[in-house]
Amino acid sequence: MTKVRIPPTLREQTGGERELSADGETVRELLDDLMGRFPALRSQLVEDGDLAPFVNVYVEGEDVRTLDGVDTEVRPGSTVILLPAMAGG
Amino acid sequence: MPSYRELLQQVRSEISEVDATHARELIEEGGPVVVDVREQEEWDEGHIPGAVHIPRGHLESRIERAAPDPSRPVVVYCSAGNRSAFAAKTLADLGYEDVVSLSGGFTDWKRNGFPVELQAGLDAPRRARYSRHLLIPEVGEAGQLKLLDSRVLLIGAGGLGSPASLYLAAAGVGRVGIVDADVVDESNLQRQIVHSTDSLGEPKVESAKRTIEALNPDVQVIAYKERLTSENIERILADGWDLIIDGADNFPTRYLVNDASVWHGIPVVHGSIYRFEGQVTVFKPHDGPCYRCLFPTPPPPELAPSCAEGGVLGVLPGVIGSLQASEALKLALDIGDPLIGRLLLFDALSAEFTEVKLRRDPDCPVCGEQPTITDYIDYVEFCAGTREPA
Repeated sequence: MTKVRIPPTLREQTGGERELSADGETVRELLDDLMGRFPALRSQLVEDGDLAPFVNVYVEGEDVRTLDGVDTEVRPGSTVILLPAMAGG
Repeated sequence: MPSYRELLQQVRSEISEVDATHARELIEEGGPVVVDVREQEEWDEGHIPGAVHIPRGHLESRIERAAPDPSRPVVVYCSAGNRSAFAAKTLADLGYEDVVSLSGGFTDWKRNGFPVELQAGLDAPRRARYSRHLLIPEVGEAGQLKLLDSRVLLIGAGGLGSPASLYLAAAGVGRVGIVDADVVDESNLQRQIVHSTDSLGEPKVESAKRTIEALNPDVQVIAYKERLTSENIERILADGWDLIIDGADNFPTRYLVNDASVWHGIPVVHGSIYRFEGQVTVFKPHDGPCYRCLFPTPPPPELAPSCAEGGVLGVLPGVIGSLQASEALKLALDIGDPLIGRLLLFDALSAEFTEVKLRRDPDCPVCGEQPTITDYIDYVEFCAGTREPA
């Protein structure tokens, strides 16, 4: 299990949870697990079958787009952060 | 006990002196540290270009910072060559190996028609106001003059713009521009501390201008009571800004600011907030990523969280907006490590800061190798009717 940090803008889709445990060895598997349990997340994270351009996923502080994208490997103790664009000021 | 004359005589016999012509040759060869030991008022009226100013009374405690290497030659001067003679003796006692005093001092230097630097230094009231900056070696008088000469444009006079504008103004940033079309309403006052109950109904830019000018009359406030659009952005930027603080409350403005900053080469200190969490970073065009490297396009309107439902802890913009001001001051002073390529996340509930890396995207539509966006885009308004900053 890997802990995934849920940003405040996505907590309505996850029952208010700030952090969720998810199963998977890659970012794709983690997200599939989360979206399976919280289907409302799908439209916030995925566009045309890929990670939506208005959301970033960080594994150990690195943007997965600079690693192997959704195929980036995730280890059980890894910190994963979902970060959608946020405009409030 | 020797008289002053006798003491001076004795000290002079123990040190080396050079005349103005010789001193000038030494200085032009580029070797020595030139130290002016006169008082502030004398320094303000003109000094040898490139000299460091250490009043005689502070010589022992401050020389090490100005001249860390005791083997490097030092030319020390005062007005007529007497105080500098004592100063040269002190420096020799401190272990400086090659110290000369300018005989005839600055008076003789000027009489020879040699170059004089006349710098508009800080006057006494400003030295008092900014004294806590002057005490920091990384700021000092030169840094404070830089701040007084810098021009910062704030997008939004809301949650983030409030603390950011107040701290920039207090710090003596000489010109502050504020872009905001809204008027102050009751729901703003829980966090927008540049406004007050007295300013309800007043345009935010005017309320902010009044507060800032009351805080620090050194600051010139340029108020733009308009919403930033593709139509007015070039006109506003033409007024000349060194950096932008983005405290906008909506995606269309943030993308306009980003694209303009890349095309004009103006760094943006970016902040955003939502409920208990905020984020800060610095987008410095071509040195680091831009907003579109991070998020190439805004989310579709139906997926953007509603500003009105969002809410925000009142103090959160205080934390994030102050961090933005801190980054802006660092950039203006050219000190420290700005948040370029780093996104700092703050969670007030857990009281935790987290940092993630941001990298330039070579395929970025704006700052990438082959940009596909070359003109401003007015995206659809997101929180129509609830434009005030979250």
